[in-house]
Amino acid sequence: MDSALTVKNVFVSYHGNEALRDVSFSVDPGSLVGIIGPNGAGKSTLIKALLNLIPKDQGEVKIYGKNIKEMRKFIAYVPQRSHIDWDFPITVLDAVIIGCYPTLGLFKRPKKKEKAWALQCLEKVGMQDFSKRQIGELSGGQQQRVFLARALAQKAQVFFLDEPFVGIDAASEETIIHILKELSTNGKTILVVHHDLSKVNDYFDQLIVLNKELIGSGKIDQVLQADVLSKAYSGRFSFLDKLEVQA
Amino acid sequence: MEFLDAVIQYGFLQKALFTSIMVGIICGTVGCFIILRGMALMGDAISHAVLPGVATAYMLGINFFVGAVFSGILTAVAIGFVSQNSRIKNDISIGIMFTFAFALGIILITLMKSSTDLYHILFGNVLAVRPSDMWTTLGIGIFVLFSIFLFYKELLVTSFDPTMGAAYGLPVKGIHYFLMTLLTMVTVASLQTVGIVLVVAMLITPAATAYLLTDRLWVMLYLSAGLGVISSVIGLYFSFTYNLASGATIVLIATMLFLLAFTFSPKRGVLWNFIKARRKKGSLV
Repeated sequence: MDSALTVKNVFVSYHGNEALRDVSFSVDPGSLVGIIGPNGAGKSTLIKALLNLIPKDQGEVKIYGKNIKEMRKFIAYVPQRSHIDWDFPITVLDAVIIGCYPTLGLFKRPKKKEKAWALQCLEKVGMQDFSKRQIGELSGGQQQRVFLARALAQKAQVFFLDEPFVGIDAASEETIIHILKELSTNGKTILVVHHDLSKVNDYFDQLIVLNKELIGSGKIDQVLQADVLSKAYSGRFSFLDKLEVQA
Repeated sequence: MEFLDAVIQYGFLQKALFTSIMVGIICGTVGCFIILRGMALMGDAISHAVLPGVATAYMLGINFFVGAVFSGILTAVAIGFVSQNSRIKNDISIGIMFTFAFALGIILITLMKSSTDLYHILFGNVLAVRPSDMWTTLGIGIFVLFSIFLFYKELLVTSFDPTMGAAYGLPVKGIHYFLMTLLTMVTVASLQTVGIVLVVAMLITPAATAYLLTDRLWVMLYLSAGLGVISSVIGLYFSFTYNLASGATIVLIATMLFLLAFTFSPKRGVLWNFIKARRKKGSLV
């Protein structure tokens, strides 16, 4: 089976400071993948490097065997919530319609068809009643659902989500993970940057553990081992002891 | 009305009125994107930075429009280069580069030994608009508005969520410098009406007023352009009637409109917020 994503020997640095060293892994189509690691491990950097948003010093990234440039139309990216200006004069519906922009191309405007599709995507995340609200009037969880709706509107094959579960309510988290699982069942590949180890077991079927370099990658039960985690988190957390007791 | 009669009678006033309206519209529209991208300071910088270009163009006898765009873009690039390649933050880099360009411009103009020109470039003199200036403004206006119309989607995404734009393949940096080009063009168009020093007010104040009044970008664009026109026309009226500096008068009117919106805006005005807060407190007692 061809890989949905192949990453080979990726190096990234900022002003000469190494951020990622020799990262290689591959992801099967239809996987729901968690990217975990401590703060400053380079998780967001990895996503940005994969999407070619920051330059790589070295390395190769293939999506379904092709270069990112040829695959941009098939990729959806959801940024960290803290990177968005929530006072921006835009309604929930218009924010989701942006998801249709890549396929519309230059000069063409979204029409009724795009609006109807955006509303459908909003319905999926349970936000159709908020379509006319300004995005800043929503709670954190609702905002995250709207951005997921935008990603759905892109009809992508591969999804990248940067810390989607930070600062949101439990119900929204459940809605989001439910939709992600559904996408993965339908053969879409999803990579999620995740901030901690809670619920990792329930959420993902593959894990990439990162701390400047690749600590481990593969099926969740292979990777979720005390030695891998202690290497990533340098034994800083007490829950690792618990894990070892369980093991 | 005396002003209306005068407009009908005097060609110079017609030209002034037409130019002011055009400037109100284009500053208002471009200004929306400037404030939404958090680039108010950048707007101030680029408008000042056209001065050396204008001066050099005068000296060489070429169209000052070319010189202005050249020095404006060069400054924008220099600002980006310094902040991206050192620990110097963007606002510091802006402060260094635009004052440098402005100072250079002042020296160049002084070398030309014509202080009246400097005064007019810095503060504008709308009643002395020549036909050629008017046509330049019209040409710039059409180009700027057409560009914004064509690239509305791209400007919207890169202002709202530039990372998403880059992820689906938009040239985000290219769009930034394209907007900087529009900004220098708008500055040139506004030289006669408000002058270099106060252009930034026409870019930011009507846009900020509109920002307080709506939650939709396209409404904001129309509102901001409309507010720009209202400020220009009323400003021109007072400037003509009481013999006041045109640029300064227009800016004062724009600021008054802002203060009205700041106080009375139905959703974001301070007055409403105050009343709402009082009611809430009252209902708790």
